[in-house]
Amino acid sequence: MNFFVLSLIKTALVAAVLLTTLAYLQWIERKVLAHIQLRPGPYRVGPHGLLQPLADVIKLVTKEGVIPANVNLLFYLLAPILAVALALTSVAVIPFGPQVEIFGIKTNMELAGLDVSILFVLAVSSLGVYGIAIGGWASNSKYSLMGGLRSSAQMVSYELPMALAIAAPLLLANSLSFREIVDTQAGYWFGVIPKWNIFAGPFPQVLSFIIFLVAAFAETNRIPFDLPEAEAELVAGFHTEYSSMGFASFFMAEYANILTVCCVATLLFLGGWQPLWPSAAGSDFVAPVLFGSAGLMLLFHAVQAVRARKWDRFSFPVIGVIFLGLAAIFLIPVLKPVLVPLFWFVAKVGILVFVFIWVRGTLPRFRYDQLMRFAWTSLFPLAVVNLLVTGLIVALAS
Amino acid sequence: MDAILFLIFAAIAVGCAINVVLQTHPISSALSLVGVMVALAVLYLLLGGPFIAAVQVIVYAGAIMVLFTFTIMLLNTGAESPQRRQALRTAIALPLIFSLAGLVSYLAARQADSTSVVSFGDFTGGDPHTFGYALFTTYLLPFEVTSILILIAIVGAVVLAKKEI
Repeated sequence: MNFFVLSLIKTALVAAVLLTTLAYLQWIERKVLAHIQLRPGPYRVGPHGLLQPLADVIKLVTKEGVIPANVNLLFYLLAPILAVALALTSVAVIPFGPQVEIFGIKTNMELAGLDVSILFVLAVSSLGVYGIAIGGWASNSKYSLMGGLRSSAQMVSYELPMALAIAAPLLLANSLSFREIVDTQAGYWFGVIPKWNIFAGPFPQVLSFIIFLVAAFAETNRIPFDLPEAEAELVAGFHTEYSSMGFASFFMAEYANILTVCCVATLLFLGGWQPLWPSAAGSDFVAPVLFGSAGLMLLFHAVQAVRARKWDRFSFPVIGVIFLGLAAIFLIPVLKPVLVPLFWFVAKVGILVFVFIWVRGTLPRFRYDQLMRFAWTSLFPLAVVNLLVTGLIVALAS
Repeated sequence: MDAILFLIFAAIAVGCAINVVLQTHPISSALSLVGVMVALAVLYLLLGGPFIAAVQVIVYAGAIMVLFTFTIMLLNTGAESPQRRQALRTAIALPLIFSLAGLVSYLAARQADSTSVVSFGDFTGGDPHTFGYALFTTYLLPFEVTSILILIAIVGAVVLAKKEI
């Protein structure tokens, strides 16, 4: 098929799925946080609050966008656009699965295959700091400026340990392309333990995985490192003066960044789309079993619905049948080579995203000087030592 | 296709570079410089150097220019006011700039080998493997000397910034 048509279809598909996921990530985050704190979370809009993202989007779009007096108008408007555009760009080089052949068309499950895709992600994410810094500066408010300055300092500082942590698995894979890095992680030790980089010899990358995750929390401005928007001291940090779509753009950029770092962590350390155990031992059937049992459980609870929640009698069977349908789709032989790797990739990314939300519900915020000292005196030397040891072992092993 | 992309990004690079000088506000100038860096990175990519393109964005646009904007924001400098006899300064400077640009392009045109035709996609030695190999074999000495130079600069910066160590 024509390259342009194929690219267009893939782009449309990825963009639609990505933007829907971003909207629903916020729903998931509110739900998970709520359940950590023993409350139901969003519940009123649609069954179990499932239409809440839609309501939020309508609210944010129709809200009046207030532009404060004495802002630098060009940069004030440019900042959220820059933030969200750069955050969405890095998804272009992330592969979601292996090269597949479906209905006779051979294609890679990614938008653009680069030889240096990991460097592309690093480059785009290092530009992402401009959106926040400019937004904070152009707002002409001391809280915004403080938030913008803090975020620039924080992101520049944590980029170093992050890059060093990324370099260690690159030494093992001997490549800068995500696709090749994942390919080197195929296979199993003793037929059971997957050869992912956090388990793989000659030197398991557990330490660099932890360093990467910690730096990722700081890069995406999440609790416990959300100093740029510390509400107790800075109102809302760099986006204090933003309302309506400007605010929504910064929010979207944050979630897109979380998704990107989770995808990168999955590709570099958790073996990308490689299943947890060999498909000869039945790992292809994990997805249908999971979805099928979830569907059956929903149908069971629909019969025995809690009396106070009348709508469950209607919403549970519908969602249960949808889950059973998903389970059935995984069993179609034509779609299997596409869907099974995609399932493993999405499952790993989803677990990491859950960890991000879990940490937000658990940990308090650092103090600013603690944050900077931690980056430079603990995390950075640790990452350097890890890289040197990995390099030494790789050199000795080869 | 490559030629069209080259023209677009070359125009962006030149436009941003002119904008760096024309803007009166330091932040605008700094961000225009970021535009120059990114456009240059795309030109490297077109010439077959994906590694150098990525490094260009990471190091120059992502690290050095962030520090520039950081400093400008921290000092909170306002827009520059025009200096005394601005028109006279411009009138003297403009011909000098154009003559310098003309001189450089004349020398470049005379030095360049006019018989060989340069086209996009000819150069293939820009991948990370070739690049790293050249850096650690052929150019090992300049590479190490540069590292020591940077180390000296870091030590000097620490000494200057911290009165008592």
